[in-house]
Amino acid sequence: MIKELIYMNGYGLYVWSAFAFTLISFTSLYVVTKIHYIKEKSKFESKFGSLDSKKAEVARTQIINREILSSTNNI
Amino acid sequence: MKFIFKFFEPNKVFLITSKAPKYVMALFMIVISIGLLEALIFSPEDYKQSHSVRIMYVHVPAAWISLGIFSSMTLLSLSGYIFKNKNFFLIAKSLAPSGLVFNIIALVTGSIWGKPTWGTWWAWDARITSMLILALFYLMYLVAWRIYENKDYVLKITTMIALMGIINVPIIKYSVEWWSTLHQPASITLLSKSSIHSSMLFPLLIMTAAFALFSLLIFLMKYNTELIKIKNKGLDRL
Repeated sequence: MIKELIYMNGYGLYVWSAFAFTLISFTSLYVVTKIHYIKEKSKFESKFGSLDSKKAEVARTQIINREILSSTNNI
Repeated sequence: MKFIFKFFEPNKVFLITSKAPKYVMALFMIVISIGLLEALIFSPEDYKQSHSVRIMYVHVPAAWISLGIFSSMTLLSLSGYIFKNKNFFLIAKSLAPSGLVFNIIALVTGSIWGKPTWGTWWAWDARITSMLILALFYLMYLVAWRIYENKDYVLKITTMIALMGIINVPIIKYSVEWWSTLHQPASITLLSKSSIHSSMLFPLLIMTAAFALFSLLIFLMKYNTELIKIKNKGLDRL
């Protein structure tokens, strides 16, 4: 059964390489997108941390800024 | 109309998009698991192509999603100009990376499928060539966002690229009817009964749903990143 699943009448190499390429592409795209997200988020956090209290208060009035700071790791 | 666009305000959208990825990811994992089992184990082999037909379950959904994403990007870019809403451009930009990856998957898996079926890895066939041209449009679109600093200029350029690229979409769709190609005519159409058996149609639709969920996941992650990028610039201006 397993041998048949791997070999697939001689087409196994083609089928498995097509599925493997898809899986690798998915994983790479996910990892790259996540890295970009984490980078931008940490840049935001460090910039926010360096604001003085008055500016930080102004920035906090925006819902989106509060959301970015509160979402520790949503993805 | 203004009332509808209030829902598209980044502040409100981010409340949803920042929480959605984990649920989309969970759903994607469930659907892809069912899809892979169906595609690799439960679906029957083809009487002519034998097991190589299983490549269809990654090749066809990837091509469909890639075409769908490009069409959506064009519609969004145009809507951005018509309704003067920059968020549409941001959504289009966030869709592009997954569209390009699906296009590449369609080309590569098509090439792998071509070897046992047609005896060649590549042919300058109308469908394959037009898909390759679509990949070039995706590349141009993404490169334009990277190289142009001027905001208004980049919006114009990317919309022009999308508008030029959309001409290629019906060419891809009808290339198998207009020219004599190695590809067979469409087995699944919206208006008439599909010629594909339900035992193969079911896994194909499941895999399409899984791919659509994955593109939604990448879109959400990319869109959130773009919003944070904008907010980073906002903090600089404080």
